[in-house]
Amino acid sequence: MQTKDINEQIKWAQINKDVLSSMENPRMAYWVAVAVCVAMIACAAAAVGYVYTTGQGVLDLYWPEMWGLFIATFIFWIGMSHSGTLLSAILHIVHADWRKPIYRFAEAMTTFSLMTAGLFPIIHLGRMWNLYWVLPYVSDRGIWPNFRSPLAWDCFAIFTYLTSSALFLFIGMIPDLAICRDNAKGWRKKLYTVLSLGWAGTDRQWRHFRKTYLLMACFLIPLAVSVHSIVSSDFAMSIMPGWHVTSFPPYFVAGALYSGCAAIITLFIILRYFFRFEEYMTIPILEKTCKLTFVIAMAWSYLNLIEFAATWYGHDAAAKEVLWDKFTGPFSPYFWAMLFFGSVLPFALAFEKLRRHLPTMFVVSLLLNVGMWLERWMIVSPTLSLSYHPFAWKVVWPSMVQWAVVFGSFGWFGLLFLVFVKVFPSVSMYEVKEMVYHRRRAHEEDQAKIFHRRTSDPQPAIDTPSA
Amino acid sequence: MSKHRIMGLFSDFEQAFAAIADIRANKIHGVSVDDVTLKSPIEHPEIEEVLGERPAHVPKFTLMGALFGLTFGFLFLASAQATFLVQPQGGKPVVPLPSNFVLTYELLILFGVAFTVISFFIGAGMGRKRDTLYSEMVSLDQVGVLLEVDESKAQALKDLFKEHKVVEIREEVAR
Repeated sequence: MQTKDINEQIKWAQINKDVLSSMENPRMAYWVAVAVCVAMIACAAAAVGYVYTTGQGVLDLYWPEMWGLFIATFIFWIGMSHSGTLLSAILHIVHADWRKPIYRFAEAMTTFSLMTAGLFPIIHLGRMWNLYWVLPYVSDRGIWPNFRSPLAWDCFAIFTYLTSSALFLFIGMIPDLAICRDNAKGWRKKLYTVLSLGWAGTDRQWRHFRKTYLLMACFLIPLAVSVHSIVSSDFAMSIMPGWHVTSFPPYFVAGALYSGCAAIITLFIILRYFFRFEEYMTIPILEKTCKLTFVIAMAWSYLNLIEFAATWYGHDAAAKEVLWDKFTGPFSPYFWAMLFFGSVLPFALAFEKLRRHLPTMFVVSLLLNVGMWLERWMIVSPTLSLSYHPFAWKVVWPSMVQWAVVFGSFGWFGLLFLVFVKVFPSVSMYEVKEMVYHRRRAHEEDQAKIFHRRTSDPQPAIDTPSA
Repeated sequence: MSKHRIMGLFSDFEQAFAAIADIRANKIHGVSVDDVTLKSPIEHPEIEEVLGERPAHVPKFTLMGALFGLTFGFLFLASAQATFLVQPQGGKPVVPLPSNFVLTYELLILFGVAFTVISFFIGAGMGRKRDTLYSEMVSLDQVGVLLEVDESKAQALKDLFKEHKVVEIREEVAR
């Protein structure tokens, strides 16, 4: 049974070889996945084309259900983006070195989730060619965005998060791009030469790199929390029943981390198979990710219960009615499914035998994300269908056109991700080398004396690491 | 007297560390540890034990960026909101502080990150042409120690590298 996070005896040259060859020779399943993603995008493109040639009416986004699946899925993708950069930054700061083989693809996931999320408000606008109207610029119309609206805050927060996450991903990748540059040929060499910016691994570069990466990580943690808090403000700052809840910001952040962690498990298993990364994406690292997901799942479940309790004891009749309707009304099958996938199913992550079984974890992680997607839908639609006034009560089910766009968004995300992992190293070579180097040194006798002693043990003669 | 640029490639960090420690101990008279450039495939913060603390001004730029984001962000928003003077406000303040705090915070982070990245590019000398003595082995698994010394010291330096089991020595006359 594999018990170590990484094989400490692996040669550095082997790390380079394994990761670089993964970019050239993926399994056939990779190309099948690319074809599936392209087909899904074609589905969404056909749906959007149908909307723009026929008219917005075919979307069935009628009053009172004006937001529909688009906004629910927008929140889902924003949430999905959270774990990558946030967990990478937190684990970097606390020196959890098991993040090193998996953080690169998790950060890429963040960037592509945000790019996917951004599509929904644009499509939802209706006239997407007027998108630039939402930007704060001086115009002859004298119209500015309403800065008091959380929707305008969203725009700022997501732009900041996308920019910072993309920079964090790029900066962390520079030493690896230099490795690619030194080993690639043809168009790849040209691309990596430009992107590696002349990296030569000098002490001056590493010194600046270390400080830059740490400072960016420090910025990204509060930024990630603020982004999903602001997304929750789209709801919590309104007076709609079921939305005006104080616990919404932490609830959204926990949900975001939860879906992101589940997605990391899914992509971990996929990449491990596609690129034969058994040496790097190891079962012990998967186990740690599963445990983390379980913790977050329990926090999310608790915040769910708090929300129910606050609504129940708050005695706001309309909010109580929406809550009761979620349990018993037309949306109840989806609501109970959300609770099952979100709060019951994660107990599978508590069992070691299941955690170490890849097919089970693959299915569980997908279902966890189904639960998280349902959560977003259950936030948006039940409230809109059962507002304060009886004349506004109407259950509107999403049209096939909406479903097609949502379906296609998964293909869009998948394609971006698959292209990324084919062009750029999805395992951080230099950080895996660091991990191997430091773990190997920790097992050396004199190092072990220093780093692996209990306070009750006699003090060794040397107190600092030797050369 | 011409200057020579000499790079020794070592198979592991410990040997390179020991070679630099010898240079620091003045084993070759007139060759200073300040002239040493270490090239390595991974980060070795412990090299500062022999190289000494060398400056990296990234945090100062980060602070500047954050302060710029804070002030520029607030002023930018407030100046945009000032155009609301010609629009009906409905009794609400022209410059709403609660929402501006949120937006200013985002801009603080945006500019903090941007300045941090710019300072990294400048401070680390990114974008410059690579050294002619660059070896691809440095991005693989070897550690390079590069110095520029007088011609008279070149042989002594090479001998010192050999003492520490150098794998390869590259040399060129400095221009």
